[in-house]
Amino acid sequence: MPDALKRFLQPALMILLGLVGLYFITAIYATGESLLAGVMLVTLAAFIWIYSSPKTYAYRYLFPGIGAALIFVVFPMLYTVRIGFTNYSSKNLLTFKRATNYLLEETYRAEGPTYTSTLHAEDGKWRLRLEDAEGVSATLVTEPFLIGPPKPWTIRAEPAATPVMGEEMTLKDLIDHQLFLKGLVVLLPNGGQVRMTGLREFASARALYTLNKDGSLTNNQDQSRLNPNFKTGFYETAGGEAVDPGFQVDIGWKHYVDIFTDEALREPLWKIFIWTLVFSSLTVVFCTSLGMVLAVLLNWENLRFRSVYRLVLFLPYAIPGFISILVFKGLFNNNSGEINLVLSTLFGVKPTWFSDPFLAKTMILIVNTWLGFPYMMIVCMGLIKAIPNDLYEASAVAGAGPLTNFFRITMPLVLKPLTPLLISSFAFNFNNFVLISLLTGGLPDFLNTATPAGTTDILVSYTYRMAFQDSGQKFGLGAAISTVVFLLVAAISIIQIRATRIAEDTKR
Amino acid sequence: MAIVIDKSQRWRVLLAHLFLIALCALVLFPVLMTVSISLRPGNFATGSLIPKEISLEHWRFALGLPVTNADGRVIIPDLPVLRWLWNSVKVASLSAAVAVLLSTTAAYAFSRMKFAGKKAALVGLMLMQMFPTILALIAIHSIFSRLGHTFPLVGIDSPWALVLAYSGGIALHIWTIKGFYETIPGEIEEAATVDGATPWQAFWRVLLPMALPILMVVFLLAFIGAVNEYPVASVLLRSQDQLTMAAGMKQFLYAQKYLWGDFAAAAILSGLPISIVFILVQRWMISGLTSGANKG
Repeated sequence: MPDALKRFLQPALMILLGLVGLYFITAIYATGESLLAGVMLVTLAAFIWIYSSPKTYAYRYLFPGIGAALIFVVFPMLYTVRIGFTNYSSKNLLTFKRATNYLLEETYRAEGPTYTSTLHAEDGKWRLRLEDAEGVSATLVTEPFLIGPPKPWTIRAEPAATPVMGEEMTLKDLIDHQLFLKGLVVLLPNGGQVRMTGLREFASARALYTLNKDGSLTNNQDQSRLNPNFKTGFYETAGGEAVDPGFQVDIGWKHYVDIFTDEALREPLWKIFIWTLVFSSLTVVFCTSLGMVLAVLLNWENLRFRSVYRLVLFLPYAIPGFISILVFKGLFNNNSGEINLVLSTLFGVKPTWFSDPFLAKTMILIVNTWLGFPYMMIVCMGLIKAIPNDLYEASAVAGAGPLTNFFRITMPLVLKPLTPLLISSFAFNFNNFVLISLLTGGLPDFLNTATPAGTTDILVSYTYRMAFQDSGQKFGLGAAISTVVFLLVAAISIIQIRATRIAEDTKR
Repeated sequence: MAIVIDKSQRWRVLLAHLFLIALCALVLFPVLMTVSISLRPGNFATGSLIPKEISLEHWRFALGLPVTNADGRVIIPDLPVLRWLWNSVKVASLSAAVAVLLSTTAAYAFSRMKFAGKKAALVGLMLMQMFPTILALIAIHSIFSRLGHTFPLVGIDSPWALVLAYSGGIALHIWTIKGFYETIPGEIEEAATVDGATPWQAFWRVLLPMALPILMVVFLLAFIGAVNEYPVASVLLRSQDQLTMAAGMKQFLYAQKYLWGDFAAAAILSGLPISIVFILVQRWMISGLTSGANKG
């Protein structure tokens, strides 16, 4: 029977997994994340097909890894491009559905009694106690209930037979559970209902808006109407006044037009782009030249203690970047940094590394060279070992010195196979967000720019500031700039693939 | 090369040594400074590079022990360093385990099986690696913050969100493991298949035990990668108690609250183990990097 059981078990398991997956996808779709839900639906379908069809055997081994890469690497990239075409920002944060629900949950205080509310513990549950603020009607108490995730729900309140004695909920907990309590409608003995209107207050409250069939909202207090405007991403009054919260809508190419035409945006962006180029090319030049010279020296057989030097010089590569960058941030500190301490003792100068744009850029390059040369050194050492020794013997016979050897034999022979690595190093530094963000944070800033932009900002740190540090949270604009950077990186990659091919061809 | 060592040669050796020693000093300066700063009393003390008196106050701070100030006040450390370290270890172990799990099977298919789209998939993985995660940061933040509304377990501030976000970056690991599988002759598994093993059994019982060393290396590399990752962690983790070391460290050096000495102790505490592990596994990584350069 085990065979028959297996034959039955496998499809059963598959269907079960499919159902569980569908439940989650529906839940995600219900929050208005249709794009993500769609991606997950495709993934689920692919999963079921691959693990049930015998034709797709090889893909069963690939699916988990490739699936994760597609969902968590490729999808976010495509989604970034998508966001670049929307007005997603702190003002237009919610999806249309959630913004509508937010407005529909708004209440206003209607005529009726006001109660002072307290919550009292009872066997791990809580009782709500409502005391008439004017002392007209009796004090009301609900049955004990559990506090859970926010949801709309109702409970009855009855006149208290005995006074509630349980310990009162602290203000901090009250604030923490506020969302849950806001979903509560308390039914009064006389048929009325009250909602939470303040942290310690329940009163008759009615929904502020009613949803009409045409998608507009009617204000129950003054009967005015709100219409959703899908151009601006706001509900608007008849007078065209926007009502918060806004929602996310497509705005087409607006961000891209702004990037290339809006003077207030284009000027800092152009400067940042130039600095990004300068920063990454100089880093590659410095790291490679230092690394290559060291590699030559460390391959020189007449030199002793080479393994000791190698170990020490490798250290910067082994120390976690976020630590060494922050150490440098402290060491370079204008007033109390140890580097200025040494400089002022030796030369009597105290450079302002963090407030002068040029010095800040110099510091960034020094730190990045410190971080990056060991990698180039190790790579070059491997490449130099591969150069046949008879070349040097021949040049020694011809009477060439070490400099001639370096410039005529070593460098040309190393540079060719190194080119693809140089390009990928360039691409890496082009997006070296961690260095800029932890060392200077882009500062010092340009003066007179629309959004804060730093003289040491590179493109990616600029978009990060735009999206996560400014009060504006301009996700849409940040995503549009990211998309432009995507294209730049893609161009660099194409050049790299070409260079790799050339490096390979010459090897054969 | 048996060349007679002449006078100019001797000068050159001396110069080379001087150059290398100077450079080693520059490399070691920040490292030794950090050790010295962590042992020097006070967070603002300047004037000496070598501490005149040894104080363990910064190490007590990093370990979360109460510190008695010079004026007698007791300070309870407000930056939970050990907690951050534990968060880092937790997230990194989980995501390294996920990375090994996902990449080892994929590498098996790439090295031993024939299927449509193999070459395209390999090139695609390589290309994917060229685009840094930082470019998709806005989307990652948006996806997880919205997922969190429905499933708080994978929302902002959840270590699971971070593990998920890291699980896609396995292209390099697939290449590394694939390279190792290809050094193992396929005849061994073929023999097992002849004896009636399914491809899965050949993989699980025969190939995988032989590949354990490389899986260990990939685990450690993924572990280090996750510990050192800063951008995604800084965007997905917000509350003080959930931060990883990489996301939390910068809080030591805010201009308003400059804890230079405490930072140095915390930096050594978290950096030393990682650096040692890194030096132990680096030769596999370097060989992977250079072979990638040659093979493309």
